[in-house]
Amino acid sequence: MPFKLLETRGLMAFYGDFQALFGIDFQIEPGETIAVIGSNGAGKSTFLKSLVGLVRTKAETVSFDGQAIWGKPAYRIIAQGMSLVPEGRRLFPSLTVEENLSIGAYSRRKGPWNLDAVYTVFPVLKEKRILPGTALSGGQQQMVALGRALMANPKLLLCDEISLGLAPIVIREIYEQLERITANETTVILVEQDVKQAMAVADRVYCFREGRVVLEGRPSDLGREQITKAYFGV
Amino acid sequence: MDLPATLLDGVLLGGLYALFAAGLSLIFGVMRLVNIAHGDLILLSAFLALTVTTHFPIHPLLSLLLVVPLMAVLGYGLQRAVFNRTLGNDILPPLLVSFGLSVFLQNALLQIFRADSQRLHAGPLETWHIDLPFGMTMGALPCLMFIVAVLVIGGLQLLLFRTALGRALRAVSDDGQIAQLMGINNAHLYGVAMAISLAVVSVAGVFLGIRANFDPSIGPTRLIFAFEAIIIGGLGDLWGTLAGGVILGVAQTLGARINPGYQILAGHLVFLAILTVRPQGFFPRSR
Repeated sequence: MPFKLLETRGLMAFYGDFQALFGIDFQIEPGETIAVIGSNGAGKSTFLKSLVGLVRTKAETVSFDGQAIWGKPAYRIIAQGMSLVPEGRRLFPSLTVEENLSIGAYSRRKGPWNLDAVYTVFPVLKEKRILPGTALSGGQQQMVALGRALMANPKLLLCDEISLGLAPIVIREIYEQLERITANETTVILVEQDVKQAMAVADRVYCFREGRVVLEGRPSDLGREQITKAYFGV
Repeated sequence: MDLPATLLDGVLLGGLYALFAAGLSLIFGVMRLVNIAHGDLILLSAFLALTVTTHFPIHPLLSLLLVVPLMAVLGYGLQRAVFNRTLGNDILPPLLVSFGLSVFLQNALLQIFRADSQRLHAGPLETWHIDLPFGMTMGALPCLMFIVAVLVIGGLQLLLFRTALGRALRAVSDDGQIAQLMGINNAHLYGVAMAISLAVVSVAGVFLGIRANFDPSIGPTRLIFAFEAIIIGGLGDLWGTLAGGVILGVAQTLGARINPGYQILAGHLVFLAILTVRPQGFFPRSR
């Protein structure tokens, strides 16, 4: 059996009394890019937040890089090599672009990513490095958010709706860069509402509906009808 | 007393008020915690310095070498053991807990040190002064207090804007949830912020004790002065807090010049006037 970088079995997540995930079984191998698709409220974002420890969860197992991480605080999971690009970018408003990037390296993990590497991928950020992060356009802010996550030199990169609210041309640019980034062996889980985009970049796809996995497979093996059915549950 | 001399006294007094306020401002900025016990913690550090100087024959300013680390450790412990449990979306629980701590500290100090007025004796430093033109004199102590206030605020400013720790503190202040995603342990960082706050508090406490008599009951008034300096300056800007302290100090000394009984009242009146005309303060941090 190949090594799984991340594996969850029976993962359940809760917001107070409300249960958002009902036993998710999920696995990803090193180097894979996986897209999680599903409609609004299917539990995709909650799934990512559960992995990094931002949501209260129960599970049989959640293991990452060979270690059990269930119940650990977020900062420890991050230090082990997981990074999340949060939905809506969520830059720190009182920090400059460069400070936003630098703080991504807070846990001081070693690896290929540093300020220069991020500026090479997104040269426009270097020009704007002394501006407040929130003074940038949406697309540029997304680059900062992505760069900030990469600065942690993650083994596993989680991206939550990085195309949300952006112009198609900007989305294409960001995805092009993301593919270049994942080429150098970063493992990625993408949460994406744009199914076409997701299918184009992913090695495998998980479709969520109402907090459960309803379909899983390689994009080439999945028919359009099969996906529509899983997505809408009709 | 001449008008220029009064103004100078007020400005220098403002340094002490800025020292009262700096730690309070930092804590509110980082974790939205309104620390009602701040004034009593100032008094606690003054009494700590008193204890140190009665047991060892050293100058009160030297006692800071012991009092500052003690208060910093106390701050870290207090934050991790007590305040961190109260932080959340609601700002009321930490406020109430700090109010409880204030009552506890006042009574504990009263129990241990009694209600007698105390003083930290600083020897010749208390009376040294420089003669200036127009018949003005500048006391060495007020002058030193002001310089220390400027250094402390400058130091905090450097810490916040030039170091990785400061960057993390600002990030946590902006968005505590996302800060965790950077690998920041918020609970630890809050502890560090409280440690820094109480280190500043101990400097303020020792100067308070050298400058005038103190007893366990005067903490809440120092808290009010600190609040007023922060609000006048505009929340979130430490240099603004220094300016706020100076305005408050000048108002008080001018009031005292008219009638010694008006000192505190004049400060409060100026504060209320500014709150009416410019409720955001003079140097609010723009976000």
